[in-house]
Amino acid sequence: MLNFILLIFIYIGIYAISALGLNLIVGYTGLLSLCQAAFLGIGAYSTAVLMTAFHFGFWEAMFISGIIAALCGMLIGIPTLRLKGDYLAIATLGFGEIVRNIIVNWDSVTKGPMGINGIPGPNFFGFRFSSMDKVSWVILIWVIVGISYYYVRRIVRSRVGRALEAIREDEIAASAMGINTAKYKIGAFTTGAFLAGIAGSLFASYNQSVAPLTFDFMMSIMILCMVVLGGLGNNYATVAGAIIIVITSEIPRLFGISHIIPPQLNQVIFGLILVLMMIYRPQGIIGRVKLNYAKILKKEILHLEK
Amino acid sequence: MNLFNIPHNELLQHLLNGLTLGAIYSLIALGYTMVYGILKFINFAHGEILMLGAYAGYYVYYLICDPSQGGSFVILAFILSLLTAMVISASLGIFIERVAYRPLRKAPRLAPLLSAIGVSIILMNLAALFFGTKSRKFDYPFDNSTIQLDGTSITPNQIMILVVGLIMMTALKLFIDKSRLGKAMRATSQNQPVAALMGINVNFIISLTFAIGSALAAVAGIMMSLEFKLYPTMGQMAGLKAFIAAVVGGIGNISGAMLGGILLGLLETFGVVILGIPQGLKDTIAFSVLIIILLVKPSGLLIKNIREKV
Repeated sequence: MLNFILLIFIYIGIYAISALGLNLIVGYTGLLSLCQAAFLGIGAYSTAVLMTAFHFGFWEAMFISGIIAALCGMLIGIPTLRLKGDYLAIATLGFGEIVRNIIVNWDSVTKGPMGINGIPGPNFFGFRFSSMDKVSWVILIWVIVGISYYYVRRIVRSRVGRALEAIREDEIAASAMGINTAKYKIGAFTTGAFLAGIAGSLFASYNQSVAPLTFDFMMSIMILCMVVLGGLGNNYATVAGAIIIVITSEIPRLFGISHIIPPQLNQVIFGLILVLMMIYRPQGIIGRVKLNYAKILKKEILHLEK
Repeated sequence: MNLFNIPHNELLQHLLNGLTLGAIYSLIALGYTMVYGILKFINFAHGEILMLGAYAGYYVYYLICDPSQGGSFVILAFILSLLTAMVISASLGIFIERVAYRPLRKAPRLAPLLSAIGVSIILMNLAALFFGTKSRKFDYPFDNSTIQLDGTSITPNQIMILVVGLIMMTALKLFIDKSRLGKAMRATSQNQPVAALMGINVNFIISLTFAIGSALAAVAGIMMSLEFKLYPTMGQMAGLKAFIAAVVGGIGNISGAMLGGILLGLLETFGVVILGIPQGLKDTIAFSVLIIILLVKPSGLLIKNIREKV
C-alpha cells in the first residue's frame, strides 16, 4: 500500500513537471498545444537510446534529452508564428501523431512497437537509484519538480512572463507595445518542451523501459486536463491539477477495484472534466492569481523611502 | 504515357482507390467546414459522431435482416439502416451542440475547442464501454466480387461510395446555393447579428448545420465500415484527416472541403505507391501536408489570403 502511494507520488511528480511546461505554453502564452506527450516521448526515447546504446550516465542523458525535446519544441514553435487558435491546436496534434509514427516505424533506433527495455537508473555520487527503492525516487523527482516550479515562476514573474501574458491577452496590442511576439512564442514552446523532455527522461529511467503507445494523444489530453482543472496560468494550481488527475485515475487501483471498473471510465471522466470546467468554471478550480500592482508599488515606495 | 514507370492500368487502379478514399474524406470534411463556417470553431467530436452513426447503422441493419441471405430485401434493409443512422447522427449532433457548445458561444475561443475535445473523448470511450473494443465487419448488402475492367479491378462497394458521395455532395451544394435555408445559412456564416436582424432564426440554422454535417458523417461512417472495419476509435484518425482536408481546401468553404478530401485521398494513395513511403508512415503524409499548407497558405487553396486588421 505504502509502495503504491509512493508510486502515485512519483507519477504526480513526472506529470507535474510536464504540466508546468504546458502551463507556460497554454496558460501564460495562450497557445493551445496538444503535443505535450510527444515532447515527453522524445525525452523518454532520447534517454533510453542514450543510456542503452551509447552508455551515457543518467544526468547527461537527462540534460541532452531536455535539449533535444526543446529543439523539437522550437521546430513546432516556428509554425506558430503564423497560426493561432484552432489551427495551431491541429498543427500540434499533427506533430504529435508524426512523432508517434516515427517512433513506431524507426525500428533501428527505437526498436519499433516493442520499445526499449533495460534502461539503468541514475547514479548519484555512488548512490544508485533502483525502481525498488521508491523513496529515493520520490525525493529525486520532487526535487526536480521544485526546481522546475521555481524556474517557471522566475520566468513568469519577470519581464518575459509579462510579455507572454500580453501576447495571450492581445497579440496585436502586444506587438504594438514593442514585444517581439515571434521570439516569445517560440521561447514558450521551447521551454515547455524542455520541461516535458526532462519529465520524459525521468519517466524512462524510472520505468526502466519505454513503449511508443504510452505517449499518445490521450496523454496530451491528460496533461492538458491538469492545466485546465487547476487553472490556466497558475503554477501551483497546475501542480494541484496534476495531483487531482493522477489520484482520480489511480482510484480504482488504489481500492483494488480495477478489475470491475474498465479503464475507459477514467477517460470518460477526463472528458467530463473538460466539458464541465469549460461551461461552469473556465478559469479552473483555483483560477489565475492577478498580481496586485498597487500593493507592489506601495512596497517599492516604502522601500525607497527607507 | 508512362508516368513514374508504373503501368497504365495500375495507375488507374491507384487513382480509383485514391478517389474512393477521397470521397469518404470529403463527406466528413463537409461537416467540419460547415460548422467552422458558422461557429468558427473545430467540432472535434465530429469523428465520434461518424463512429456512432456507423454503429447505429450496424445495429439497425442486423436487427432488420440477416445479410448472409442476400437478395433485394437486404438492400432495402441497408438503405433503411443508412437513413436511420443519418437521423440518429443528426439528432446527436444537435444534442451535442445544445449541451456542450451553445453555453460557450460567447466564451473565449479556447473554451469551445476544449469542450469539443472533451465531448470527443467521452463519446469514444462510452462507445468502447458499450460496444466493446474489438473491430467488427459490416457485411455487404450486395455481392462484392471485383469487376475486371481492362486490367483494373473495381468493387461494387467502391462504385457505391463514389456514387453516393457524388450525390450527397451535389445535393448539399445545390441546397446551400439555391434554397432559401441555404441562403440563410450563408448569411449566418457571414454575419450572425445582422442575419438575426433580418429575421433568421440563428439557433435553428446552427442546429440545422450540425444536423446536416452529422448526417453526412453517418453516411461516411457506414461507407468506411463497409470498406474497412468498424471500431470505437475509427472516428479519430478519419476525423483528423478529414479536418486536414477541410483546411487544405480552405476551411469554411464547401467546394474546398470536397476538393481537399479528394486531394488528400489521392495524395495518401500515391504517396505510398510513387514516393515509396512505407505503409506504416501513411498517416504522416496527411499531417505533413497539413503543416505545409498551414505554413504556405493557411487560408487554404480556395480562399484568398486576407490580412487581419485590428
